[in-house]
Amino acid sequence: MTPPPVLSVRNLVVAIPSRAGISRPVNGISYDIAPGEILGVVGESGAGKSMAGNAIIGLLDRPAHIASGEVWLNGNRIDNLPPDDLRRIRGRQIGMVFQDPLTSLNPLLQIGDQLTETIREHLPMSAAQARDRAVAALEEVGIPAAAERLNSYPHEFSGGMRQRVVIALALCAEPSLVIADEPTTALDVSVQAQIIALLRRLCRDRGTAVMLVTHDMGVIAEAADRVAVMYAGRLAELGPVRSVIHAPRHPYADGLMGAMPSLSIGQRRLRQIPGAMPRPSRIPPGCAFNPRCPRAADKCRVDPPPTLADDPQGRAACWFPMEHPA
Amino acid sequence: MLAFLIRRLFQSVVVLLVVGAVSFGMFRFIGDPVNNMLGQERTQADIADLRERLGLDRSVFVQYAVFLRNAAQGDFGVSYRQGRPVADIIAERAPATLELAAVSGVMALVFGIGLGVITAIKRDSLVSSTIMTLSLVGVSLPTFLIGILLIYVLSVQLEWLPSFGRGETVRVGGWTTGFLTQSGLVALILPAITLGLYQMTLIMRIVRSEMLEVLRQDYIRFARARGLRERSINFRHALKNTLVPVITVTGLQMGSIIAFSIITETVFQWPGMGLLFINAVQFVDIPVMAAYLMLISVLFVSINLVVDLLYFAIDPRLSIERVKA
Repeated sequence: MTPPPVLSVRNLVVAIPSRAGISRPVNGISYDIAPGEILGVVGESGAGKSMAGNAIIGLLDRPAHIASGEVWLNGNRIDNLPPDDLRRIRGRQIGMVFQDPLTSLNPLLQIGDQLTETIREHLPMSAAQARDRAVAALEEVGIPAAAERLNSYPHEFSGGMRQRVVIALALCAEPSLVIADEPTTALDVSVQAQIIALLRRLCRDRGTAVMLVTHDMGVIAEAADRVAVMYAGRLAELGPVRSVIHAPRHPYADGLMGAMPSLSIGQRRLRQIPGAMPRPSRIPPGCAFNPRCPRAADKCRVDPPPTLADDPQGRAACWFPMEHPA
Repeated sequence: MLAFLIRRLFQSVVVLLVVGAVSFGMFRFIGDPVNNMLGQERTQADIADLRERLGLDRSVFVQYAVFLRNAAQGDFGVSYRQGRPVADIIAERAPATLELAAVSGVMALVFGIGLGVITAIKRDSLVSSTIMTLSLVGVSLPTFLIGILLIYVLSVQLEWLPSFGRGETVRVGGWTTGFLTQSGLVALILPAITLGLYQMTLIMRIVRSEMLEVLRQDYIRFARARGLRERSINFRHALKNTLVPVITVTGLQMGSIIAFSIITETVFQWPGMGLLFINAVQFVDIPVMAAYLMLISVLFVSINLVVDLLYFAIDPRLSIERVKA
């Protein structure tokens, strides 16, 4: 029996009203993340990946807002909570890791202060207890001489070390879900692998669910259990990471995989998907991908794509999914 | 850090020497005080005698050296008009100006930062757009007009507050204070508002724009994502990051409050150094003017030094970069 999911997103729509009309950067996405599972969310810039993460944790910048749909966390609905209840969930039940560790930490506060403040906000602890916990949190993310580093300022750490501190901050109150928004994009390639391995180890150990937002398929292939491919605010494909990478069913996912370089010898030319993703205000009728899709038929230009559930394999939102011989 | 301090002190001395040269230059180029001091009934011997007594018969460089030596000891000579040592006159007047400046400075700082933070946090609310509009008035209306308006409304029409003077003062040691009597405190209100209003609106607008900038930063987003309280985010995480530019401007403004209290003191007949300076200008009382000039430049130089030291206290990154450089 599978355990109940940590996070359930149901038909989530994020809308941004403007003078030109309402645009929907996230337009009806649904997925679950189980305890200890890492769900990779990929897509081009502007596909709505980060917006979905911000919507779940309740940090949308006005005028963006959740227009419809539901977000459930550990069996409780959280998208309609009053702001102060949502604040208590942030950091305590949902941790978030941002892209750039150089700008995520307050430059004027010692990291020990930033940690203990977060810990004491969520857990009933004395200053001394919180300090011990902060040391433990830093040790867990592999900061050497953690007790002494509490009094260091962010600028005294390297980029990779700072991202470790950021992860320690995100995890210090032991949330059940972590949203990592491009956690390795700003880092050195050699450090990227360490950070991904760290994130994966910590979450496996604690059974924390992870939503890993990235545009780097390499990171997904390395870390994720399942992958959600987003295009223009919708899920194009959602499935186990191996299947999606080796046998994508949605033509867009197929295009993404074709654009991924590999290190094998005798490399073919990388394919590229012609055209660019439409802006949220200019989504074509029918399937949003149809102008760029090699398999598009008349139906795709008129009818919105089917839901994932309509696909016999339950993976792709496409009228003509690709078949791969077993 | 120490090297930096020494370098700054050296620069300060250079600034003071230059200002000293300008002050001294006034003696040479602005009229002949001897005529003013002796009046119509004078003999050639009186003139020669006075010139010698004032040291005006010696060479320019000797005079400058003497001027600097005396100035360094706080001796600015004798007022042409009052015939008393300038240092005594200024010491007499300083408390009035310093008390007024302190009250309006604190007022400008407290309200400026408070309102700046509020208008930044509640960016689109009616309250903050009202405050912002009113602040335009504070920035654009000249000080003397604000003073006169306040006097007209609160003193003449409503008769709530006195329109001029310091009220009763109490002597504590060598310092006369208006803080200890009711009439002294009441008399402070209008001049302090007049003097501090511009600085307050300026500080407020700077705090606001800095806050808006800082609130967009990733570390504020991350603080929100960790579920910290808004109050802590705004006042602990954000405000501190706005302070470096705010302190720069505030420091200079504190200097201006004292230096340019001239107008406010004139409007309210406040018996401080500003009024003293204006009267000195009218009577070409050059030793008083020179002393005032020197005093103000010492003030600005020391405020700048304090501001530089405050940077180090606020931003830990500076000390590191200095060491590396």
